[in-house]
Amino acid sequence: MAILLRGEDRIIVQGITGNQGRFHTRQMLDYGAQVVGGTSPGKAGQTVEGIPVFNTVRQAVQATAATASIVFAPAPFAKDAAFEALENGIRLLVLIPEHIAVQDSIDIVARAQDLGAVVIGPNTFGLITPGQRTKMGIMPNHIYRPGKIGVVARSGTLSYEIAFSLSNAGLGQSTVVGMGGDPVVGQTFISVLKAFHDDPETEGVVMVGEIGGSAEEEAAEYIQTLHIPVVAYLAGRSAPPGKRMGHAGAIIERGRGTLESKERALSAAGVRVVTMPWEVAPAMQDLLGP
Amino acid sequence: MKQYEYMAKEHLSRQGIKIPPGRVADTPEEARNAVAEIGPAALKAQVLVGGRGKAGGIKFASTPDEAARVAESILGMDLKGFRVDRLYVEGKLDIDQELYVSVTTDRNAKAPLVMASAQGGMEIEELADEFIVRRHVNPRVGVMPYFGKEIAEALGLTASLGREFADLLGRLYQLYRNLDAELVEINPLAVVGGHLVAADARLNVDDSALYRHPDLDTVEEGSALEQKVRALGLAYVELEGDIAVMANGAGMAMATLDAIQYYGGKPANFLDAGGGASVGPTASALGVLVDMHPKAIFINIFGGITRCDDVAQAILQVRQRQGIPVPLVVRLVGTHEKEGVALLQSDGIAAFSEMSAAAQRVVELAGEGR
Repeated sequence: MAILLRGEDRIIVQGITGNQGRFHTRQMLDYGAQVVGGTSPGKAGQTVEGIPVFNTVRQAVQATAATASIVFAPAPFAKDAAFEALENGIRLLVLIPEHIAVQDSIDIVARAQDLGAVVIGPNTFGLITPGQRTKMGIMPNHIYRPGKIGVVARSGTLSYEIAFSLSNAGLGQSTVVGMGGDPVVGQTFISVLKAFHDDPETEGVVMVGEIGGSAEEEAAEYIQTLHIPVVAYLAGRSAPPGKRMGHAGAIIERGRGTLESKERALSAAGVRVVTMPWEVAPAMQDLLGP
Repeated sequence: MKQYEYMAKEHLSRQGIKIPPGRVADTPEEARNAVAEIGPAALKAQVLVGGRGKAGGIKFASTPDEAARVAESILGMDLKGFRVDRLYVEGKLDIDQELYVSVTTDRNAKAPLVMASAQGGMEIEELADEFIVRRHVNPRVGVMPYFGKEIAEALGLTASLGREFADLLGRLYQLYRNLDAELVEINPLAVVGGHLVAADARLNVDDSALYRHPDLDTVEEGSALEQKVRALGLAYVELEGDIAVMANGAGMAMATLDAIQYYGGKPANFLDAGGGASVGPTASALGVLVDMHPKAIFINIFGGITRCDDVAQAILQVRQRQGIPVPLVVRLVGTHEKEGVALLQSDGIAAFSEMSAAAQRVVELAGEGR
């Protein structure tokens, strides 16, 4: 089962002829993902890693029947690329670029909602479903194992660290979802938690959050209604207020978004909150029992 | 990027929102001239912190001579860690009521949020919820007059003031959209003689959208070092401790600081060397850390897209070029781990594979910890 991305999903790569697009097309194919086409204006007729390139998403979708797209366009062009995908029938859209203007993201997310499409990102590492050998993203292939733990994270490398420690502890993953490090992204912890909850294959969920916003607090309220073990690790314990810790979204502003309020809310909702990344896997093992 | 009050006001004015007459003054002489021109005025320190009034950054002057004296006392003063280099001299208002209004982005709702209150003047966080009207804007629709009138009604404004408020809110939302603002706030929004005047204003513009606003005044924030490292294209924040830190990825960098603190150490900085940085940028980032003269340096890498051998190369490069005269702890796992670890070993550095053990070690070497 898994969530959001399945083995049979047909994927195109927007911006396939760029360095990043080319490299990650190879990685996705190696992993087993069904990458069926790519776009790059004026490059129709070429191939990248054996995959046909089209000028527009319209042509790519007509020729390949793709329903999913991963976007590598530079940030100033990402809104156009996202709308091009959404208006041409793409229903799972992964936006890799960082530094997309927040108001562009607002418009993209609103349009996706109207169309019933799923947006992952922006500023995300993507998502991966190890049991079905498919991924849309830039994560390293070798750290994941098929299994029953769902992972939802705001941050890339930190989620790799935790996914790898889960794999090493024998806790494989159903799907790992990167929500993205920007203030406005397509998913919420709630939407992803709900999907994991409804997935019969997922038996436990790991949340990897950080300071800024109140997504974790909102999720806490919802988790109270779920019957699934949840372990949360949040980064930014030592972050001073008013300083943006790399991610546009990771900032404690005007007293909101502190780690303490997030951890308090999650603990009260029955979530096992751990303070260091290496405590995640043992905590999940403990919750799942022998 | 934050804008100073006087910049924010200029944007409001251009959008057709009424502001008091005002002049920028960098010297007592300019303050004197400003008051001679506009009459009794408030002299307001232009710094990017809230609560200026309480901290002594806003004072009044009735005559040009008084203005020069007051300016003398504020200019150059330290206001919550910021040096006052500029004043905004603004005509004194005869205020009947103070309102609050702002447009900001609500991350959870993924939509713009209008907040308004009939009790303006203080910080919005200090106001009880029952005094704040909150309404999300549907970004497909925007702010139409009816929307502003509904809010005015909830605030209990008179019909004529309500119409003016609705007009103002439409303009404020336009400004929010046109300038890619994260926040545009008027507080207080003063009622003067039955009309609305923006008495103070804040404007923060989305850094990611600056490329489409080349005309915007550049306001540099942060220390000289922070500005220098950011110019290299790296995310960098100065902290108060003395263990210098580099990690790849923002979340990983935050977790690394947390781990140092967990073992009783004090991190000196946040530095995200990037999710897939190559040898060059990694070496320049490390060079910056060495220049900080920390007690110890901690490099924490989970190689996904970043290759461990690239990181090792960068470390060797910096060692050769400028030397690393303080204890160095490297944690290296992931892509090309074996090659990276071997490279470091050839130069006498033993890399850690566990983040916890590495964090503990660097705290010990820095002579900190419990």
